[in-house]
Amino acid sequence: MRGGGAARALTLTLTLRGRRAAAALPGAACDDRAGLSFQTGLRGVFQDYNKKRQLKSSSTLPVSLTEMKSNMFTVKRLFSTSHSSVDSKEMKKFQLLAHKWWDEEGEYAALHSMNDIRVPFIRDTLLSTSSNYHLGNPLSGIKILDVGCGGGLLSEPLGRLGASVTGIDPVEDNIRTADRHKSFDPVLAKRIQYKSSSLEEIVEESMETFDVIVASEVVEHVADLEMFIKCCSQVLKPDGSLFITTINKTQLSYVLGIVVAEKIMGIVPEGTHEWEKFIPPEELEHLLESNGFSVKTVKGMLYNPLSGSWSWMESTSLNYAVHAVKAGAQPTDTPPETDIQQPSATAGTAGTAPDGPV
Amino acid sequence: MAALRGRALLAPLGARLRAGPRASLRSTASASAAPLYDVLVSGGGMVGSAMAAVLGHDIHFHDKKIALLEAGPRKDYDHLPDSYSNRVSSISPGSATLLSSCGAWDHVCSLRLKPFRRMQVWDACSEAMIVFEKDDLDDMGYIVENDVIMSALTKQLDAVADRVEVFYRSKAVGYTWPLPSHSCDTSPWVQVELADGRRLQTKLLIGADGHNSVVRKEAEIQNIEHRYDQSAVVATLHLSEATDNNVAWQRFLPTGPIALLPLSDTASSLVWSTSHDHALELLAMDEETFVDSINSAFWSNINHSEFIDTAGAMFRSAISLLKPSGTAVRQLPPSVAKVDPESRAMFPLGMGHATEYVQHRVALIGDAAHRVHPLAGQGVNLGFGDIACLAHHLSAAAFNGSDLGSLKHLLKFETERQRHNVSLIAATDVLKRLYSTTLAPLVLLRTWGLQATNALPPVKEQIMAFASK
Repeated sequence: MRGGGAARALTLTLTLRGRRAAAALPGAACDDRAGLSFQTGLRGVFQDYNKKRQLKSSSTLPVSLTEMKSNMFTVKRLFSTSHSSVDSKEMKKFQLLAHKWWDEEGEYAALHSMNDIRVPFIRDTLLSTSSNYHLGNPLSGIKILDVGCGGGLLSEPLGRLGASVTGIDPVEDNIRTADRHKSFDPVLAKRIQYKSSSLEEIVEESMETFDVIVASEVVEHVADLEMFIKCCSQVLKPDGSLFITTINKTQLSYVLGIVVAEKIMGIVPEGTHEWEKFIPPEELEHLLESNGFSVKTVKGMLYNPLSGSWSWMESTSLNYAVHAVKAGAQPTDTPPETDIQQPSATAGTAGTAPDGPV
Repeated sequence: MAALRGRALLAPLGARLRAGPRASLRSTASASAAPLYDVLVSGGGMVGSAMAAVLGHDIHFHDKKIALLEAGPRKDYDHLPDSYSNRVSSISPGSATLLSSCGAWDHVCSLRLKPFRRMQVWDACSEAMIVFEKDDLDDMGYIVENDVIMSALTKQLDAVADRVEVFYRSKAVGYTWPLPSHSCDTSPWVQVELADGRRLQTKLLIGADGHNSVVRKEAEIQNIEHRYDQSAVVATLHLSEATDNNVAWQRFLPTGPIALLPLSDTASSLVWSTSHDHALELLAMDEETFVDSINSAFWSNINHSEFIDTAGAMFRSAISLLKPSGTAVRQLPPSVAKVDPESRAMFPLGMGHATEYVQHRVALIGDAAHRVHPLAGQGVNLGFGDIACLAHHLSAAAFNGSDLGSLKHLLKFETERQRHNVSLIAATDVLKRLYSTTLAPLVLLRTWGLQATNALPPVKEQIMAFASK
């Protein structure tokens, strides 16, 4: 999941890297909300490559030939997939706050307290479907993929509950922060693996590998939602669970989620969210159902800025959580007629028909 | 971030996050070799051992590692002497529930304890008295020797030895606190240095090391404390005749309250809070004179005055008009025949309350957090109440996969317990001061107050409910 970043970097961040990034790409700040996300993706790819090079050259290490080659290789790979679910404009936003993840009272405070409802939601849903319960490790034996894991805010609690977690995030600095944070706890260091990658990049090597995918506060930042869901379906085992938390696209969510939360109260850093990319639950449900998922639960979530805590609510007009299950393995096709025919055929040959010759 | 601003207005949270100036940037190389525990309890008394035992028996702590540090040696509790120990505690029903949740109460019951059903508290300067008893004549509380509780807890700690590691003869000499947000490469855990040079790391440090808590001092938590000009004299007494000994007696003398707590049908425990000089005298006396002082303290009416007696009688008849059942006859406690030799001892009394119970990765429980006068019989019960609350929040945090040392749930524990403890400690202190005087106006006030309270069952029930949590 993600929650930070700033389009207007000059006013918000004080880090040197932030100033450099903003100065290097004056065009980025003026970008309008692009209609077709995949076009932005392509343009963003080149900008992202340029930024990476500039950042590397502005650091003390010289850009070696092998590094340049690997960068070009990265560009080639991204270029070959004309659809990418990673929106690099979004990546830039999170790059700037990569070191702020674990400050429980800082920019990501609302995400830290979101753990208090999203972890029990995931845990209880999985416990109700599984048959064996390991004392002290309720999620033992479950393989979870945390897409857009950021600094590992959600991966760590899931790891503590016994699951084997793979956390992926396209922003390398996030992965670095996450790796360093888990390294001090030997139990977590073994249970959690982080990779700097997008979802598409791991599809080939992880077909039907995971029991659970968690995409919390991610889908409102991706470029191509349908492809994202298709990739989720590919890496998920049959009957596997997909958990999504995101923000609805309503007038209320514009007023509270953008105007109040970002501009007035500063609960979320300014520029984190774009209202155009919010997804109504009906649309998300439709996309899920048409890509092989069956939606089991949709629940509304509410953040109380005074107490700093989240709670469940009936209405999904602001934040909401979705639990969907991938369709199970297709059974072998035996039309019911043959089943009925078979006994009568055997009955005939076995000579149990009353009219049959003795 | 709005939540941060809000809290910043209400409390100096920023100061709390930086626990002490000793947060040194030691290299990770030496620190990473030290064994890491999920919870480390410093102090192996009744409260510290109970904390470790309760966590050890919690299902959500099944795969966690807990450590208990005790400076003293492991005591052999297998053979309880026939004579009673002079250190006893009044255990409330709430505390009994906590001890049974970790399986220790069964051991206590199989060893020895004395339930009591009534409590009579009266004044030495007047006829006023108050009687507490449960409507259904259930047990109001239990008098248990401290050694019996320790024996039961040690047995339960042995039962979960795979999860709880007890370090005997291990005194912690230094604590190193982590910086709250991990912006550098230092270990985020609390480092504990033992006297023998060993080092341990923990995600949550629980200080249960008594009213002179080292954990509290090292964490630089302010402590409001006050030494009373009183010491408590304890002894084991034998009654003149066997009786249905299920009443706890307490009389407020001007020098301090004297209490008789039942141990068996023939024995009772004495807790006499009095001035330091008088306490030394009591210890020095021969046994006969000592027994005589006790009996006269309970029976003599030397402190009565005509004025107070008349005023009290008037008030009592007024109450009996309004509420016929609101007055009762004052009963006299059993008389004492002899005292166990070698059982007389004294210890100084004081009051204390820590301004904060928690900091990042630190929590205080028991006497480390609060110290109270024994007149209300609440000391260890407050500690057990702390354990019940903290264990509840830690268990929920463990089941949520949270970081155990996180301030979020620790603050919930602090708020809950401070709300309960502060009122009780304040009330006990007020009672102590109110009953330490012979000035007529104050005696009148407390006489009428006590008589009125005795006539109001709802008020008494509230008091009993509060004290038995």
